[in-house]
Amino acid sequence: MMSRRITNLLAGGALGVGLALGVAGAALAKTQLTMYYPVAVGGPLTQIVDGMVADFESAHPDIDVNAIYAGNYDDARIKALAALKSGEPAELSVMFSIDIYELIEQDAIVAFDDIVETAEEKAWLESFYPALMENGRTQGKTWGIPFQRSTIVMYYNKDAFRDAGLDPESPPATWDELVSMSKQLTKKNDAGQVERWGAMIPSTGYAYWMFGALAIQNGQVLMNNDGNETYFDDPAVVEALQYWLDLSREHGVMPQNTIEWGTLRQNFLDGRTAIMWHSTGNLTAVKDGASFDFGVAMLPASERRGSPTGGGNFYIFKDSTPEERKAALTFIKWMTEPERTAHWSIETGYLGTSPAAYQTDALEAYVQEFPPAAVARDQLEFATAELSTYETGRVRKLLDDAIQAALTGAETPEEALSSAQSQAERLLRRYQ
Amino acid sequence: MTATTIAPAAPEHAGRIGRVVETGAAWLLAFLWVLPLLYAVWAAFHPPAYATRLDLLAPLTLENFATAWSQAPFARYFLNTFLLVTSILGAQLVLCTLAAYAFARFRFVGRDIAFALVLVQLMIMPEVLIVENYRTMSQLGLVDTILGIGLPYMASAFGIFLLRQAFKTVPTELEEAARVEGCSFLQVLLKVYVPLAKPTYLAYGLVSVSTHWNNFLWPLVVTNSVETRPLTVGLAIFGAPESGVNWSVISAATLLAVAPLLIAFLLFQRQFVQSFMRAGIK
Amino acid sequence: MPSYRMQIYGWLLLLPAAVLLIAFTHYPTVATLVQSLFLSGSVTRPAVFVGVENYQFMLEDDVFWQAVRNNIWFALGTIPISIALALQMALWVNRRLPARGLVRMAYFTPTILPMIAVANIWLFFYTPGIGLIDQFLGLFGLPGHNWLGDPDTVLACLIVLTIWKEAGFFMIFYLAALQSLPPELEEAGKLEGAGRWYFFWRITFPLLMPTTLFVVINALINSFKLVDHLFILTKGGPNNASTLLLYYIYEVAFSFFDPSYAATLTVALLAFLALVAIGQFVLLDKRIHYR
Repeated sequence: MMSRRITNLLAGGALGVGLALGVAGAALAKTQLTMYYPVAVGGPLTQIVDGMVADFESAHPDIDVNAIYAGNYDDARIKALAALKSGEPAELSVMFSIDIYELIEQDAIVAFDDIVETAEEKAWLESFYPALMENGRTQGKTWGIPFQRSTIVMYYNKDAFRDAGLDPESPPATWDELVSMSKQLTKKNDAGQVERWGAMIPSTGYAYWMFGALAIQNGQVLMNNDGNETYFDDPAVVEALQYWLDLSREHGVMPQNTIEWGTLRQNFLDGRTAIMWHSTGNLTAVKDGASFDFGVAMLPASERRGSPTGGGNFYIFKDSTPEERKAALTFIKWMTEPERTAHWSIETGYLGTSPAAYQTDALEAYVQEFPPAAVARDQLEFATAELSTYETGRVRKLLDDAIQAALTGAETPEEALSSAQSQAERLLRRYQ
Repeated sequence: MTATTIAPAAPEHAGRIGRVVETGAAWLLAFLWVLPLLYAVWAAFHPPAYATRLDLLAPLTLENFATAWSQAPFARYFLNTFLLVTSILGAQLVLCTLAAYAFARFRFVGRDIAFALVLVQLMIMPEVLIVENYRTMSQLGLVDTILGIGLPYMASAFGIFLLRQAFKTVPTELEEAARVEGCSFLQVLLKVYVPLAKPTYLAYGLVSVSTHWNNFLWPLVVTNSVETRPLTVGLAIFGAPESGVNWSVISAATLLAVAPLLIAFLLFQRQFVQSFMRAGIK
Repeated sequence: MPSYRMQIYGWLLLLPAAVLLIAFTHYPTVATLVQSLFLSGSVTRPAVFVGVENYQFMLEDDVFWQAVRNNIWFALGTIPISIALALQMALWVNRRLPARGLVRMAYFTPTILPMIAVANIWLFFYTPGIGLIDQFLGLFGLPGHNWLGDPDTVLACLIVLTIWKEAGFFMIFYLAALQSLPPELEEAGKLEGAGRWYFFWRITFPLLMPTTLFVVINALINSFKLVDHLFILTKGGPNNASTLLLYYIYEVAFSFFDPSYAATLTVALLAFLALVAIGQFVLLDKRIHYR
């Protein structure tokens, strides 16, 4: 902090001297910004971010951005909060969209409404897909701007569909179809062992996220917008978990017990499962790794279609000067311009965050050439917020544990979810 | 344990068969013990399509290493680990030598209690105290510094204990002779004790380097950025991306991370094992 | 040297190490105790003194008890087998054996690899269907298993990995002990015609007792402090079936942001370690009498 102030002072002094000497235009008083960002998907993402930052700096010579890669989402949150506590400067960060309540509780961030001034800036706040803003808005204000956002889609092996006598162009669109088609897709060898499963939905790592999709498809969200109430024991939610469980225990189209998030893609690429639910962030990796014809589809519907969104938002930290906030806003606006968003989306597989991004030539051409890229966008119409509450780490773990308890047969869905609900209520009582 | 030669009737014959069986068992176990490493080598040097299929005709490639190297700043991680390990070892050698000298050759009030308090660290290692130590580091402004990772380990009870044992075996006549020649007590330490304890230093050094090269939990907690993160933490972050893992690339990255220590071990295997044996003898 | 100078020099030599030890071992131990009596605050809500409330919460916390149970099973599963294997390994490589150097190297190699790295590799072993273990089983027409996804097998999987990692390390201690045994002993045994089995149990094993004790203590401490593999393999799941106490502490402190409860759990962990320490003293006392 101190040294930064001194640098600014010195820079100011130098500017004065420079002006006095008649060397005009030597704009030395740069605003320094430090930003943490996570890399949640594989691939050379750091290089893409570094490239964008370098472009920004050459377009805005008065702002320096020091972008620090901080691991996965949990790491980024821990690191950014720790840096704030220890007084190290960080003016903005990309963090998990669901960290919003934690950040508000820690009094760490400012609302964008308090920074934007011009009509143009206010219009910019409204330029994103509404579904992507759900996790960034609470208490009537906007706290997070969507950046590296994803959603869940269904990847399916078209060769397997053909092999099972199914139409590879019509993937399951309803829960019932998912069951019936998966039954056809499940292939056993002579010894009665399964060689290819019908479908796999991962239940480690981000189990609550996958479950959010099932719940919303069954017509129920998992929490309220104030982040202080959960609906884990709602009958529609219990039914959703029962459906997930039935896929393995009742219908035998999915392996029993939990399915590992990290190795699922390899299972899909090896033809061990005909269908997998996974993040859109996987698109490029699947495209590169698949030796068969694959398709991408929206998740199926029970009452309705639906998927939670996921991924990272931009936040601006409170511990910053008005100039730094302005500079941070400039940077974030620049990073989310349609052209840049399009570039970002093509390079990474993340969603284009605004309709305008999909209207750029680059993204239009890309979608034309590679239609799966549009599936996530089309699904945004049905998308909802990802599970996010106060005490979000704990509440998330309660739900993760409940899901795993049910899937491993330790408890019935109803028992597991009502126990998670009562514990969540206890945690959230002090935030009501 | 080795119930192979019980029958005394035909000791020669039974002994031979027993020996063959035992040799086979020893080899099988050895094979099982290196299997994970062999598998990592297999996956790392073949294209991802062969990661789960053992095919002797699979083409060899270095692509996975190139990918891993370009996707994460491993060069920087190597540097960080190197700085970390050397700074810890350097500080440990100095601090533990001084403290061990005090315990071995000085009589002062409270020495035994002080020694007992030092030994507490053998039981309560810094790993257990991550929560409070993290708080201390942030108060000191040392979060996300290499010094911050190393500091809790620099005064090592294990090192003090080992060196004290070694110093105690030094005959006092040698010290007295040096005194007569006019050496100060620090000179005595440097000229008499340290040279004689050389094997202990080597043993302790190897144990310390391999421990801190492999340490994970505390560095994970206390580092935030590429500039400080050691290899283990870098590898863990690299190995668990949101979209799932690419086996071949992760195997390559894993081999990269273990390579320096592994190569050093293969080259100096005998010294390594003997040093560890020495460090273990109490 | 005059005695008062001895005093001063002694303490001065000790001082640098003492400062660090106090700052990072003794002070945090005490601070943990104090912290466990407060309720964690946030920037907007200050921490408040709550006495033993955190401890009451801990006793009612199912995950805590699960972690304790897992820790006990983990220790019971790893320690005896890794010690037995270590002893067997040491006996093997201590006698004439073809390619002895290579075999010894193979046994010892896991010891110098970082746990975090080997966990990556073992993840590929355990993956259902396509993992090495299931492929191997498939050769014999046996069905695969969801090793890490099944609460009944996940802890066993971690135990196997830990045994693999630690046995070679413990072997070293036994090897050192075996080499310090007088060679005449074995010759005497041979002369009297004692079978190897008999000789081992009556002579070698008792003589190795101090080493065994040392290794047991080491293994016990390790079973409390070694959680690196959880970060890669299971994150404590499914449904906490593989969580260990230190991992749970990490989770509570750094992803739930509840340092006070983490401190409470740390006190529990410290209590376990204190028990081990007391046990060690009692056993070491016996060992001295034995000699």
